[in-house]
Amino acid sequence: MTALRSLKGVGYDVDQLRREFPILGQQVNGKPLAYLDNGASTQRPQSVLAAVNHYETHLHANVHRGVHTLSQLATDAFEGARERVRRFLNAASTREIVFTRGTTEAINLVAQSWGRSNLGPDDEIIVSALEHHANLVPWQMAAAATGARLRVVPIDEHGQLRLGAFLELLNDRTRLVAMTHVSNALGTVVPIERVIDAAHHVGVPVLIDGAQAVAHLPVDVRALGCDFYCFSGHKLYGPTGIGVLYGRAELLDAMPPWQGGGDMIRTVTFERSTWNDLPYKFEAGTPNMSGAIGLAAAMDFLEALGIEHAAAHEHELLNAATAALMRIPGVHIHGTAADKAAVLSFTLKGVHPHDLGTILDHEGVAIRAGHHCAMPLMELLGLPATARASFACYNTMAEVEQLDAAVRKAVEVFH
Amino acid sequence: MQLTDLYREVILDHNKHPRNFGRLDPHDAEAKGHNPLCGDRLTVTLQRDGDRIADIRFEGNGCAISVASASMMTEAIKGKDRATVDALFQRVHALLTDASASSADLGKLASLSGVRGFPARVKCASLCWHTLNAALAQADASSASTISTE
Repeated sequence: MTALRSLKGVGYDVDQLRREFPILGQQVNGKPLAYLDNGASTQRPQSVLAAVNHYETHLHANVHRGVHTLSQLATDAFEGARERVRRFLNAASTREIVFTRGTTEAINLVAQSWGRSNLGPDDEIIVSALEHHANLVPWQMAAAATGARLRVVPIDEHGQLRLGAFLELLNDRTRLVAMTHVSNALGTVVPIERVIDAAHHVGVPVLIDGAQAVAHLPVDVRALGCDFYCFSGHKLYGPTGIGVLYGRAELLDAMPPWQGGGDMIRTVTFERSTWNDLPYKFEAGTPNMSGAIGLAAAMDFLEALGIEHAAAHEHELLNAATAALMRIPGVHIHGTAADKAAVLSFTLKGVHPHDLGTILDHEGVAIRAGHHCAMPLMELLGLPATARASFACYNTMAEVEQLDAAVRKAVEVFH
Repeated sequence: MQLTDLYREVILDHNKHPRNFGRLDPHDAEAKGHNPLCGDRLTVTLQRDGDRIADIRFEGNGCAISVASASMMTEAIKGKDRATVDALFQRVHALLTDASASSADLGKLASLSGVRGFPARVKCASLCWHTLNAALAQADASSASTISTE
């Protein structure tokens, strides 16, 4: 179990916190908005919006290029954001922090660059049954290009990784393990420490998809020992269009660039080019400076709040919502792992998740209804879709009650 | 917009007790419809008698709007000729997207007018009609190819 501190005595004031998020104060369909779609994207606090606005208003110019003052200010702000990310992850060096568009691009970068230069016919990549399409499709593409194949670790009836099956899949053909830290569809927290230890024991590198984890669990890439860790800004109270690939310098150094262009080169002639140092070798073109700066502000926000405190609060909401929905006849909860992030995936007998989504929206409750970009997992569970409520630091018990009442409303509509 | 505008009694009834549910075997045409956004899937099988749709069935899994729309569609078009079916599709499409569209003489299909107020759900209601069109196009092609090989 993730160690959760009690909130008693820490003064976690969710009402005050919500004042940082004016978007949450609005009405939807005449009802107070209960935003429970945080697994898809979190809202941004004023401090993030202010940091982006400050950059755009006072500091913007292209980075790493100009001799002029504004370009230097923009470069300092952008590289300051990189240092902020390094501290957030406890990476050894900013050389290991590559900015990307998001988790998806980070995984594609590794699949294209590392994958194409390290995979060959009959080599194996191990993924889990919990993967989001973003940690599945890039590996299918790399496998198709190299002749490698995917092996899938099954899950048990609670949605937990079958560690024993994982250990059996590890063999001398295994070249990489690519696994999610937290399942976006079921909320399962995967024991990646054990996955990484077992893989490293046989010399296999590990990539972790941390998209659903970083806002809920403290991540220390050096303590974990993972080789790659990928996440997005917009699931961490930051902007969209910015994400991070952490990679151990030793691996990144050996990898070829995956996109060519400005900023990623040292010298260019018409015949050939030489590559820039890390991390710039992987950042072709003008990067998303305001996104990076917003992400750094989001990390300041989350660390000031305390990730453990936020996680403990979210767990109280998850437990209350789970208990409330289980009392409704016909509700089935999917994903009952012992260690779960604040994701509640459920179905209601006789009511399709999309009808549930529409009825909940009508009651002001925003949830996700669908396959959660995890079609193979849904097929494994024998479900076309589920409804998913996912909680963030700013959600409240009143919103849990609103969710409960809205699901009961759906029961009533479909009697 | 009220929920009861969308989930009218007739829609809830057709969702719970879909008419013409299942497969026709043998059939003259079969088409599968899939809405990847929400995962709705349905299969339409039909038999023709000249220009008429002699019989039709559907099966699949979807939300109440998609199931009820398919169920009501099969009731409305069974025994009808192609021109009538095409005209009905145009009328239903207009009903789902155009606030000025008339629902006169549409019978049960008129109950779909509430979908218009929920734009994310229009595709649920129209999936069956697009699938029907694909099945009819396939039936046309196979009868055309039969003719060309003779």
